[in-house]
Amino acid sequence: MKLGHALALAKKDWKRVFREPAFLFLLILFPIMLTVAFGTSFGALGGSQTTQFKIGIVALGGNSSAPSQLSHDLSASGAFAVTDYADNRSAQSALSQGQLQALILLPAGFEQSVQSFRAHMSDPREWTNSTISIYLDKGSPVTAQVIPPMLVQVLDQGVLGIKSAAQSTPLSISSPSDVEVQGTSVFQSFAPGLFAFASIYMIMIVAQSYTTDRETGVLGRIMVTPTTSADIVMGSALSYLVVALFQALLVYACVYALGYHPDAGMGGLAAGFLIIMVFALCNIGFGLITAAVSKSAGAATGISFIFLMPQLFLGTFVGSALSPTAQEAGRFLPAYYVTDALTSLWTRGASVTSPVVMTDLVAVVLSSVAILAVGALIFRRMASR
Amino acid sequence: MQREEAQAAVAISIDNLTVEYGPVRAVDGLTLAIPTAEVFGLLGPNGSGKTTTINCLTGLLRPTKGTVRVLGLDAQSDGQEARKVLGVSPQETAVYPYLTGEENVRLFGELYSVPKKVLGARIDYVLEKVGLLDEAKRRVSKYSGGMKRRVSIAMALVTDPKVVLLDEPTVGMDPQARRAVWDFILELRDEGKAIMLTTHYMEEAEELCDEVGIIDHGRLIELGAPGDLRTKYQARDLEDVFIRLTGRRIREGA
Repeated sequence: MKLGHALALAKKDWKRVFREPAFLFLLILFPIMLTVAFGTSFGALGGSQTTQFKIGIVALGGNSSAPSQLSHDLSASGAFAVTDYADNRSAQSALSQGQLQALILLPAGFEQSVQSFRAHMSDPREWTNSTISIYLDKGSPVTAQVIPPMLVQVLDQGVLGIKSAAQSTPLSISSPSDVEVQGTSVFQSFAPGLFAFASIYMIMIVAQSYTTDRETGVLGRIMVTPTTSADIVMGSALSYLVVALFQALLVYACVYALGYHPDAGMGGLAAGFLIIMVFALCNIGFGLITAAVSKSAGAATGISFIFLMPQLFLGTFVGSALSPTAQEAGRFLPAYYVTDALTSLWTRGASVTSPVVMTDLVAVVLSSVAILAVGALIFRRMASR
Repeated sequence: MQREEAQAAVAISIDNLTVEYGPVRAVDGLTLAIPTAEVFGLLGPNGSGKTTTINCLTGLLRPTKGTVRVLGLDAQSDGQEARKVLGVSPQETAVYPYLTGEENVRLFGELYSVPKKVLGARIDYVLEKVGLLDEAKRRVSKYSGGMKRRVSIAMALVTDPKVVLLDEPTVGMDPQARRAVWDFILELRDEGKAIMLTTHYMEEAEELCDEVGIIDHGRLIELGAPGDLRTKYQARDLEDVFIRLTGRRIREGA
C-alpha cells in the first residue's frame, strides 16, 4: 500500500464532496439543516413521558429508619424503581452512565431532621434543618420537571406524615439549578443522536461514488495503474474521515448555538469526536458493500437504505422514542453505541474510562473495523468486474 | 533513439491468447508480437475481441489460456510491474467530470508516482500536445466529448510510458483535434514507444499504423502493413480490405 496513492485519491474525493451539489447537500448541508430544524422544533419541553423513573438513594448518615422508609415509600408509589447505594461515588458513576435518571443524596443529618420534626411538629425552633441533594440525568429532560415535586410529595406524605403542602418542614431540596437543568429540552436529549444521524448518509455517498466510477470506467482505469485496491480503500477512508470530522464540527457548532452545551472536558469532547470518526469507517464499509452489490448508481441509492434505515431509526435520537423491543434491537447496530457514548460523555458527563463509555467505544471500534474489512474484501472483487 | 534502433525489442507479446465468457469465446488463440517504436492497429468489427485483448494486456482481465507480456513482464503474474510501463486510454472516456483537465492528468501522474519536480512540466507538456493547455483549469464537466477524449489521452501519457494502449482514441474529435493527436502519436513512436491502438476509422489506421492486425470473432484473420494489404487485396484503401475480410453485415456488441 502506498500512502501517496491513497492521498492522491483522497484529494480527489474531497474535491468531489465540495464540487458535486448532491454530495455537498447530503454530507454537509443536510446535517446542518436537520440540526437547525430539530433545534428550533424541539427546543422546548415535549415528547413522551416515562412512567417509572430509575432513581438511586445514598444515605450519607447510614441506612437508619428514615432513609429506609423513604426508599420504601418511593418504591411503593409505583413511580420509581429505587436502588440503594452504599456510597456517593458508585451512585454518581451509575448516574453518569445512564443507569439512573436521578440520584437522591440524603445528608448525614437526615435521620435527626426527621426525628426532630416528628417530635416537635409545630415548633420549628426545635428542628434540625438539612438539605437533600438531587442529581438529575441531563440526558432525560423530563426527570428535571417531574422528579423533584414527586419526591417532595412522597417525603411529606410518608416519612414526615404531613397532609398539607403548605406545612413547612426542616427538610429542603437543593434547587434543580444546582444540576444545570434550567432550559433543558427534548433537543438536549436528541442532540447526541444527531451526530450519528448525519454520518449515516455517508453510506449512500460512498456507494454512489463507487458505482458511478465503475459505470463511467474510471474505477477500471485506476485499477490498471500501479494503484492497489488497498490504496483505493485507504484513499476513501482518509477522505471521508476528514469529511466526517468537518461534518461533526459543523453539527457541534449548530447544536451548541442552539443551546446544547456538552458537560464534558477536553478529554470527553475528544473521545466523542474519536467515536464519530470511527463510526465514519463503519459507514464507508457499508458503502463499499452497497456498491459491490449494486449494478448502478441508482440501484446503490436504493440498496443503501437497507443499511441506512435501521441505523437511522434504532441507533440515533429516534430510538429513544421507540418501544423497549425496538430499543433492544438497536443494540445490534453500531449507531446505537455512538449515540449512547455521546449521551454518556457529553450529556451525562460520564468519564472516558467509565464502563459504559468503554463498552460503547469497544463496540463501535470492533464493528466498524469488521464492516470496513468486509467492505474492502468485497470491493476487491467488485473493482475487477 | 532512432526508430530503426529501437525496433529491435518486442514490446508487446501475445501468445495464443484465449478468453472465454462461458460458452462465448471472445478471443480465440490470438498471437501477436509488436516491437518498440511501432504503431500497431488492432482492427475489427464491434464485438470482435479488441477491447478484451486490451483488457488482458492491462491485467484487468485474466486470460482463459495463453500469455500476454509487456516488455517481457507477464501481465498477470508481474501485473504490478507491467502496469508501471503502460499508459492506457480506455474505450470509455473515463475522466472525473468534477475535476479540471489539469487535475485529472495530475491525479494519474500521482498514481504512477511521477516525481513532483517533473510532474508539473509533464502535465503542461501533454496538455499542450492534445491542445488543452488553455482549457486546463476548466472542469471537465464543461468540456465537449472530443475534449474529454483528449484529456483521457493526456492522462494516459503523463507518465511518459514505454508502451501505450489507446482504445478508439479519436472518437468524437473534430478534424483539427484528431490531426493534433495523430501528430502526437507519431511523435511518441519516433521516441521509441510501442503504441497499440484500436479504431473504427480506417483512414486513421492507414495514416498512423506501421502494421495492422484485423481480427474477427476473436481470431486474427490478417496481419501486415496497410500498404501491403492494399496491394495484396488489390483494394483502393484499407476500408475496402476490411470490408472484404469481415463482410458487410452490421455487428452489435462491444
